[in-house]
Amino acid sequence: MERVTSIASLGRNGVYDFVMQRVSALVITAYFLFLFFFIATTPDLTYEQWHGLFSGFSMQVFSSIALLMLMAHVWIGVWGVLTDYVTPRLMGPKANALRFIFQFAVLATVLVVTVIGLGIFWSL
Amino acid sequence: MKISSVNGRPVNLDINTIDLPITAYVSIAHRLTGIILCAAVLVLLWFLHKSLASAEDFAEVQQMLLSSPVKFLMFLFMAPFWYHLVAGLRHLVMDMGIGESLEGGRLGAKIVVALSVVLIALTGVWLWSV
Repeated sequence: MERVTSIASLGRNGVYDFVMQRVSALVITAYFLFLFFFIATTPDLTYEQWHGLFSGFSMQVFSSIALLMLMAHVWIGVWGVLTDYVTPRLMGPKANALRFIFQFAVLATVLVVTVIGLGIFWSL
Repeated sequence: MKISSVNGRPVNLDINTIDLPITAYVSIAHRLTGIILCAAVLVLLWFLHKSLASAEDFAEVQQMLLSSPVKFLMFLFMAPFWYHLVAGLRHLVMDMGIGESLEGGRLGAKIVVALSVVLIALTGVWLWSV
């Protein structure tokens, strides 16, 4: 059976990716649950409250870390799915090229979203 | 069907002909919801950007969120979110050595389905009561 290379994984190392996937999951969970409860417990949310929340320095840091963690999470997760299913065994000889294209598209999107996201958080 | 080079017995790797256990469906759904959430992030980031741009944009986003199609879209994002979160927490629990047996795995999968169904239902009630 053909062995899939790990050259496109985030940490180039399974243990690193394993730990990173879990650490990032906890940070993302904390961030979204925080936002969820903020919205759920703030009736008649105003623009001033909303803008005030995101423009605070500690929230800018929290948002930025959550975004970076989310992007790492996406990278590792999509890599896992692609290297499991877009393989020569399941999809034939063109699978490696196809996976490379998918992987490249995902990484490019991850980088663009990271830049755009940080731009949103730090221009407030 | 291929024949194993190790013990000479037939090997079937065709997933379409294998009767999958609940743990497999829970795992596949975990991956599927992850892919859906990738798309959700792009849309939600746009909503966040617009809601923070100005008071007028914020009011526009609020109006959009009250409309049925956008509400439904948010539900389509939040349902996979809860499922993916609960299924991910199961992995953390299993990392601690809990629920790793065959029966434990099946029970954990059932708990994931039950808990996420409850959370998704509550989210639906919350969304359409606002």
